Amino acid sequence: MNILFLVFLFPLLGFLILAFGRGKIPEKLAAVIGVGSIGLSALVAAIVGAQFLQHPPADGAYVEPLWTWMQVGGFAPQFALRLDGLSLTMMGVITGVGFLIHLFASWYMRRDEGYGRFFSYMNLFVASMLFLVLGDNLLFLYFGWEGVGLCSYLLIGFWYQDPANGAAARKAFIVTRVGDTFMAIGLFLLFQTLGTLNIQEILQLAPQAFHPGSLTVTAIALLLLGGAVGKSAQLPLQTWLPDAMAGPTPVSALIHAATMVTAGVYLIARTHTLFELAPFAQEMVGLVGAVTLLLAGFTALVQTDIKRVLAYSTMSQIGYMFLALGAGAWSAAVFHLMTHAFFKALLFLASGAVILACHHEQDIRKMGGLRKKIPLAFWSFVVGGSALAAVPYLTAGFFSKDEILWQAYAGGHIGLFWAGLLGAFLTSLYTFRLIFTVFFGEAKTDAHAGHGVSYWLPLSVLLVLSTFVGGMIHPPLANVLPANPAEEGGSEQHLVEALSGFVAICGIAIAGWRFFGQPRLLQWLEGTGLAKLLSRYWYSAFGFDWLYDRLFVKPFLWLVRINSKDVFDQIIGCIPVVLVSFNKATALSQSGRLRWYTASVAFGAVLIIAAVVVYQ
Amino acid sequence: MNGVSAIPLEHALILSGILFSLGLLGILLRRNILFVLMSIEVMMNGAALAFVAAGSRWGAADGQIMFILILTLAAAEASVGLALVLQIYRRFNTLDTDAASEMKG
Repeated sequence: MNILFLVFLFPLLGFLILAFGRGKIPEKLAAVIGVGSIGLSALVAAIVGAQFLQHPPADGAYVEPLWTWMQVGGFAPQFALRLDGLSLTMMGVITGVGFLIHLFASWYMRRDEGYGRFFSYMNLFVASMLFLVLGDNLLFLYFGWEGVGLCSYLLIGFWYQDPANGAAARKAFIVTRVGDTFMAIGLFLLFQTLGTLNIQEILQLAPQAFHPGSLTVTAIALLLLGGAVGKSAQLPLQTWLPDAMAGPTPVSALIHAATMVTAGVYLIARTHTLFELAPFAQEMVGLVGAVTLLLAGFTALVQTDIKRVLAYSTMSQIGYMFLALGAGAWSAAVFHLMTHAFFKALLFLASGAVILACHHEQDIRKMGGLRKKIPLAFWSFVVGGSALAAVPYLTAGFFSKDEILWQAYAGGHIGLFWAGLLGAFLTSLYTFRLIFTVFFGEAKTDAHAGHGVSYWLPLSVLLVLSTFVGGMIHPPLANVLPANPAEEGGSEQHLVEALSGFVAICGIAIAGWRFFGQPRLLQWLEGTGLAKLLSRYWYSAFGFDWLYDRLFVKPFLWLVRINSKDVFDQIIGCIPVVLVSFNKATALSQSGRLRWYTASVAFGAVLIIAAVVVYQ
Repeated sequence: MNGVSAIPLEHALILSGILFSLGLLGILLRRNILFVLMSIEVMMNGAALAFVAAGSRWGAADGQIMFILILTLAAAEASVGLALVLQIYRRFNTLDTDAASEMKG
């Protein structure tokens, strides 16, 4: 297991090689380096994971200290990797799904000018994400946290010639930075009260140091939640994710669906003890998740851009994870994180295939009848969409989502349960609206299917993982996270399962009825003024962009404008003015007249002698 | 030393002060550079007189040594100064010091 450090070393090396040989490395070689480094990393992860599962360490975790990062007084954070059930799950998702996405990207990005640059950023991202999940202290985690933020920025603005992409990248960076600042303050507070940032020490010290529900621990938990909310695009910092779709589609699959946006879930699961000590903060986590999943669900219903639909569905699925965290179902949240990584990566890659097949067209109203032309993308969408909609027993999404709903119900969080159920209905409705619109009906474009192993292999593997096969993989979380509050089984659980399955099928049926049947009732409903108003409101994602523009952007620009001459510059600018005037005054005395000089020398001598005589 | 000591030190110092001030006034008021040079000689002699007077007051030889040093200095100064005066006259065709005020700020 001491080869654990190789997991992040390979992507880091890949990044360095590609970054320094930029523009000179031919496309094929860049693909081999970029994809191969992640492949090797996934291989190491698989070996380490197999060893870990066969011979689990005594205390449930394997720690590999590399070196002491810095030493300032009593503050000596280690550069240490920690492998336990939770980080093993995350590592598996990052390297495994990451490898498939890289493989697909080598097909998707072909003949792009910045091919090597793309893979250097992607490798750096994977390395940073591994830092994030493998770090054994929160400072190390924060380092990876900022690293993935940087890579997200670089990759959203990858096609930088279009200013809109740059704006989207800046928006993502700045909005997540708001959350990061909260998190940094939370870390300061944590270090001030506990004197350490080591995660295990924090988890051990916290129950003794804090009274349950005390102000300090609530503040810390809420600040950490602030960081998680920013990174995971939850209310109220969710506005950046839809715009982040400006990046290449594999980026959306890797960063904005499978891994980075779930970092917030990982953070909260990692520091679960703090949230258990602060019931208010934990309630807030559940509330944020529930509200976000509903808002995002309604918004996704009316979007017309294929990637934006998926972006809002990502937001809503992470809402489910937050809901599970809020209900105390820690491992259910991580389970859903894993299955979501499978099927959402599949959906994004398939949407990438659709977009390329339709010559970079992303508007679903201009697509249609693509079922026959790109069958693999179609089946990927059907399976991935079914998993997203949680079709009972056949899909991975059902097992994890049902687990969350059951835990919420059994844990007495009835409000969260109903929100989740309504969200499940919305999910299946918008997912199958998307699938029907894109793949059925009359053909509106001519499309060309992709070829090559790097096209069909990632889609096929993820397709299999999105079915019940993925639901069979159970993350080894028993030693890391507290058990789910409610037991398995019982007639009540079957009732919840039946209910959620029914709701999902209902959504699919209504979407199908709406698309194929042209029903009068729905047409009349959609024609009313209220429905049009609502759909416009939902289309703008409940007007959050507008609101933030008025609340923050405009006042800031106003402040900048009135202070465009910069008060401090004015003060500092006084110094040279004074010096120059002093210089002019003294230059006057240098008249070039000998007698004047003599007089001043004599006068000065008299002054000095007088001073000596007087003060002696 | 009796004959000399009849003149008190104060008187000698007052005389040397008067000489020095006259020289300074000459430099300040005269514009002809030759007169400025001569005024400098007067100032030097004033200072040298103070040395001699002080040396005789304390019966030390230092004052007279300093006087000889100042004499030599004055001679050297006069020779260099006269050479410069010659140059100034060639360049400006006048001995007015105010004419040579090119290096003002």
